[in-house]
Amino acid sequence: MAVERFPIEASHIMMFARSIGDDNQIYYDADYAENSEVGAIVAPPTFVQAGAQFDPNYGLRPRSDGKGWMGSGSQPTSIVRPTQQKTEENEQAASSGGSSRGGGGGVLHAEQRYEYHRHPKVGDVLSTTSRPGKTWERQGRRSGKLVFSESITEYRDQNGELVVTATSVGVRTERAVDQS
Amino acid sequence: MTLKSSEVSVGDTHTERVVEDLKRTQIVMYAGASGDYNPVHTDEIFTTKVAGYPSVFAHGMLTMGLTGRMLTNFVGDGRLTEFGVRFTSQVFPGDTLDATATVVGLENGCVELSVSTVNQNGVEVAKGSAKARVDD
Repeated sequence: MAVERFPIEASHIMMFARSIGDDNQIYYDADYAENSEVGAIVAPPTFVQAGAQFDPNYGLRPRSDGKGWMGSGSQPTSIVRPTQQKTEENEQAASSGGSSRGGGGGVLHAEQRYEYHRHPKVGDVLSTTSRPGKTWERQGRRSGKLVFSESITEYRDQNGELVVTATSVGVRTERAVDQS
Repeated sequence: MTLKSSEVSVGDTHTERVVEDLKRTQIVMYAGASGDYNPVHTDEIFTTKVAGYPSVFAHGMLTMGLTGRMLTNFVGDGRLTEFGVRFTSQVFPGDTLDATATVVGLENGCVELSVSTVNQNGVEVAKGSAKARVDD
């Protein structure tokens, strides 16, 4: 993720807090927040992930330019590829992690770590830079060969100060995780 | 409300039920707020027919966000210095999750916690650790 401008906004924090079922007034009430220790509406601990909203090339958001989307419309996926004309082949493509762009069905989020240098608050404008970290493999019990890869993202504020360092580990599975 | 080091000891735990009978709608809310519209979280047809899962499932980051709510309620707002989890099992609609922090260290104004979130079957769905600043 590379985001040039990630403004920390009150309504975005409100929606995010609602989505995690958090009714803590620090996320909703500016007056309450001003009189609290932190002094402003702050971001919940995992909020910076929502910086994806400000990434113009984010692959997990449908595009408006008619390029299609991996999710369903009149068909299970609206992206038509030569290998996706028959259902059987569809399933093979999916199970080999081949479900199109943006790290679809074959890539799962394995791990996430945050280091908070401080907590973002309303009014901050963050920017991000990402770099790849380690990669490794192992054989999974329920989903075949697993390929793990780390991505490290630094969130800096309007003064260039480091605010949050995030390490994300993605895992590409050979097939869908067996639920039995 | 912030945690004070005088109020806790190593071995103390704090547990919260962070979601009961997780609704697909909440997963949709998380997709909208976070911007992660991967259809495996919201699109039952895609997820069952193409991706090969029994139903849509929660974003790992929704599980982490729910777990983080337990942490901020425990240590206070703006107090965390580190928080990390591994997603050890998927979370599906209908799941009920309990998140627990256990105090494993306490020194120099910092509390160290182990973090575990389990579903209604006792299966751990997220496992990790956190650190937070605490007052004396």
